[in-house]
Amino acid sequence: MESEYIIELKNISKYFGTTCALKTVDLSIRNGEFITLLGPSGCGKTTILRLISGFEQPSGGNVHIGGELVNNVPPEKRHVNTVFQNYALFPHMNVFDNVAFGLKMQKMPKSEIKEKVMQMLSIVGLQDLAGRKPGELSGGQQQRVAIARAVVNNPLVLLLDEPFSALDFKLRKHMQLEIKHLQRRLGITFVFVTHDQEEALAMSDRVVVMNQGSIEQIGSPVEIYEEPSNMFVAQFVGDINVLKGEILETITSDLPDSNHAYRAEVEGQIFSVHSDRKFEKGDKINILLRPEDLKLEEEHLGQSPFLAGEIIETVYKGATVDIAIRLDTGLELIAAEFFNEDDEDIDYTPGERVAVTWINGWEVVLLDEDA
Amino acid sequence: MARKSQTLGWLYSFMVYVFMYLPIVVVIIFSFNKGRFAIWTGFDLKWYKLMFANKEIINAALNSLFLAVSASTLATIFGSIMALVLTRYRFIGRRILNGGVYLLTISPDIVMGISLLIIFILIQIPLGFTTLLISHVVLCTPFVVVTLMGRIQKLDEDLVAAARDLGASEVQAFVQVVFPLLLPAIAAGWLLSFTLSMDDVLISFFVQGSGFEILPLRIYSMVKLGVKPDINALSTIMFVGTVILVLAAQFLLKTRRN
Ligand SMILES: Nc1ncnc2c1ncn2[C@@H]1O[C@H](COP(=O)(O)OP(=O)(O)O)[C@@H](O)[C@H]1O
Ligand SMILES: [Mg+2]
Repeated sequence: MESEYIIELKNISKYFGTTCALKTVDLSIRNGEFITLLGPSGCGKTTILRLISGFEQPSGGNVHIGGELVNNVPPEKRHVNTVFQNYALFPHMNVFDNVAFGLKMQKMPKSEIKEKVMQMLSIVGLQDLAGRKPGELSGGQQQRVAIARAVVNNPLVLLLDEPFSALDFKLRKHMQLEIKHLQRRLGITFVFVTHDQEEALAMSDRVVVMNQGSIEQIGSPVEIYEEPSNMFVAQFVGDINVLKGEILETITSDLPDSNHAYRAEVEGQIFSVHSDRKFEKGDKINILLRPEDLKLEEEHLGQSPFLAGEIIETVYKGATVDIAIRLDTGLELIAAEFFNEDDEDIDYTPGERVAVTWINGWEVVLLDEDA
Repeated sequence: MARKSQTLGWLYSFMVYVFMYLPIVVVIIFSFNKGRFAIWTGFDLKWYKLMFANKEIINAALNSLFLAVSASTLATIFGSIMALVLTRYRFIGRRILNGGVYLLTISPDIVMGISLLIIFILIQIPLGFTTLLISHVVLCTPFVVVTLMGRIQKLDEDLVAAARDLGASEVQAFVQVVFPLLLPAIAAGWLLSFTLSMDDVLISFFVQGSGFEILPLRIYSMVKLGVKPDINALSTIMFVGTVILVLAAQFLLKTRRN
């Protein structure tokens, strides 16, 4: 029976003594996808990986790999491999023997091992360092050995637990690309763990956003970024502006691809807002806007409705400029605009009055649960 | 001011070292002396020749070697297992056992000697090689445990996990990964035990009996009749041997620690 899903976690909970690490997690991972578990430290990411690799047993629920129930299968019998956070290379073995370890455990013939290991080493660009000990390699090289050591076994799934946390920024960016390419080339399912949202968005086919032992949202990077399903996801993934408001009445949508439209009071002004969600008159709402969704104009050019405020400061970030604004209501916003040398418009000075609007329909409207 | 106190400090340390090492240096120098008294009369190896011709000394030395090798091997086996159990498994009373091991390494030899003697008398084991062996194993095992526990605690737990992840059973992971990484510490524990056993006087004195004479006690009874330069020669050899073994142990513990 071929299932679309290579790994299924069904109704999983995990307790360590009385600490709850995971509460009822359901997660299905597709064959061949690059899926990332994203969330703050302590939210249960590593625990999910250890449940898949077999180093932990679930307190409740079932783990399926390749359609088989594996709750009681020990790690060495599971067809998954792990790239550990600190690499965990065997310090007394050279690169070749590290990479060959899994194949030796499978009792593969020596000549075949040699061929596979050398082939794997050339894929990760380490064929010349086969005789080195891990202690004689740079961080990036150790990382590659760790990946080669896992991938050479041709696992159904490769698990990677914050594999870049020990690398500096530049190498990190480089390895992100390299891993992504490797995954495409090999077609192996990757389950990647990180607490870095940029990394998650850049690398994944799907992102699983986690918080305190629960899954908050599963979706493509674009969905996660543009359609966060709750405040946690919105605020954890990227910068976001949160405006307070209240639904006044339901109106007919003037945009083709949104289901509902409302007239709403937002920071003291009346706007029409769009959402897939259903709201009632009087609902308190949060209007979420990414910095790049905001539009700025000099105040006297603004066309009502707009939010009035003044520039606090501008920060040049190369391709974009971050502009901090304080609305007259006191709320501070961040807007981002592409930097364009010919365009004098965005050359704002602190104290300058501006009119803030946003691209119609790009707002995300959520019920304000604290109100 | 600072310079002056620095000089004083240096002088102080120098004096302490002189005080500690002078006796050893004197013994080494006079082991090569031609004359029999503490006046230098020229270089000669005759005391070494004399010592090697002394059947009793050679016999005691061989006995000591045999005892030290047996005791340190047994202590290394027991100590290694104990260290693994103490670090890997959680059980009730582990902390007490843990503390007990450290206590044993600092407990006075005289207490250990007397206690062992009392036990041997109680359970009626005749004093001789067996009691010496048991006592030396008891003496050395805690040092092996402490040496090894330090090393095991530094071992990355993920290494075992990585081995299992790659398809190794628990036994295979131990044989292929844990044991090779612990080997230097195990060897260091053995060497340490060997030197401890080789020069133990106090405990051996209580449990020796007659019939199996060991080197430190042979020397002790020789000294009672007056110090002859052949004892200097013997001491020099033991000193050099001990230093080499301890340095080897240190070296084993240092390498691969990175
Ligand atoms: N072996 C363990 N014993 C006790 N608590 C644990 C253990 N492993 C994880 N936890 C707890 O479970 C929670 C989730 O941990 P983890 O999965 O490591 O988080 P993450 O990898 O997302 O940082 C944390 O609160 C952590 O303290
Ligand atoms: Mg973690």
